[in-house]
Amino acid sequence: MQTKVAVIDYGCGNIKSVVNALHYCNADTYVIDSPLKISNFGGAILPGVGAFGPAVDFLKSKGFDKAILNYVNSGKMLYGICLGFQLFFAKSYENGEYEGLNLISGEVRKFEFKDKVLKIPHTGWNNVESSESEDAKKMFSAVANEETFYFVHSYYGILKDLSQASSFCDYGIKFCSSVSYKNVWGSQFHPEKSGKNGLKILSNFIDEVNK
Amino acid sequence: MLAIRVIPCLDVTNGRVVKGTNFVDLKDAGDPVEIAKQYNLDGADELVFLDITATHEGRNTTIDLVRRTAEKVFIPLTVGGGLKTLEDIRNILNAGADKVSLNSSAVKDPEFIKKASDKFGVQCIVIAIDAKKVGENKWNVFVHGGRIDTGLDVVLWAQKVVELGAGEILLTSMDKDGTKDGYDIELLKAVSSSISIPVIASGGAGKVEHFSQACEYGASAILAASLFHYKKLTIKEVKKYLKSKNIPVRATT
Repeated sequence: MQTKVAVIDYGCGNIKSVVNALHYCNADTYVIDSPLKISNFGGAILPGVGAFGPAVDFLKSKGFDKAILNYVNSGKMLYGICLGFQLFFAKSYENGEYEGLNLISGEVRKFEFKDKVLKIPHTGWNNVESSESEDAKKMFSAVANEETFYFVHSYYGILKDLSQASSFCDYGIKFCSSVSYKNVWGSQFHPEKSGKNGLKILSNFIDEVNK
Repeated sequence: MLAIRVIPCLDVTNGRVVKGTNFVDLKDAGDPVEIAKQYNLDGADELVFLDITATHEGRNTTIDLVRRTAEKVFIPLTVGGGLKTLEDIRNILNAGADKVSLNSSAVKDPEFIKKASDKFGVQCIVIAIDAKKVGENKWNVFVHGGRIDTGLDVVLWAQKVVELGAGEILLTSMDKDGTKDGYDIELLKAVSSSISIPVIASGGAGKVEHFSQACEYGASAILAASLFHYKKLTIKEVKKYLKSKNIPVRATT
């Protein structure tokens, strides 16, 4: 039987690519725009591009914040991509100050570089170095270390507890490029746009959903 | 290290890839989905589709081919050409594009950049600038496939689009486009050093050295079309050369 995975559509950007990649990984993918249905799924993905404030306001107005929290507390697998990942943090300073979903302790801040050599957004393929934790190994199973993934972002998450990080990336500073902490996974890079490495991470996620 | 992106560009019209010289003399170069798949296998870091169709029917053909490509190719896909409204952008994104490239519509209504960026995010908005040299270290912005001089200074326009919310600039030298003479590195340097967002160099690539030159002059990504279509060079060859010059590239397998 195919694994049923929900992709949460909250009006933020491009979910089609995520759906395509999950199909490629043989997941039975459903796009949901209401929190009522989320408990039907063993795996859920919170994608997202755009700005933190409007996104979190929209999630809260629809009741997704509480539904996602309950979902995670029930032990089911959640994966946040890019903005979806940043939304996991307690707080973001993107165009103001916003409270996030608070699944991860820490905050989201903007890259700041003095000259114009390191461009913002951090756009393109960069190496990540995966961590040694058991949870990190699940996420990066069969992905070679120092492999490249596709990034496009101006903000990055700063973890309070670094042991939750499953990989780090270097762009002017060393930042946390992904988290895998129990059933909460997230990445600043786009697994759906990172060629075979990204597809491997998504299939590792699906494997966890099936466990 | 952040890798330099090597980006093949596919000019499409009525569902086919075409390529000309200096924006005219278009030749058929093949089926876009097949070409996109091949480029993906060859190690392309991203793909750009420029829709040069003027008609409504042609536009729907493009949406369909974006959809078919996005199902097969899991690298970033940018689509541009004739996008005038937020609805146009949404349709292309829903088909599976990751970014849109805006050109004439942005010049006509700069606020459109802001609206698009606010709605879809900075990372989604690529501003394409067709630049033509009009004097010593001076370039103007041209629109409508390079037929109309807007009188706008390229560097000032680039700075303005950054303020309005562009995430990237696709900078094409009209003087160099299709010549295989090399990128206009003076133009590239002038623009890249004056803005904080990534610049994709376009127009004029003819040999591997041109790609490394563009990197040295501030390009974050390098784009070529006919060179790759007609297999004068492969993406692998370009990356191998860049690597030999210690320019970081994503490994091709």
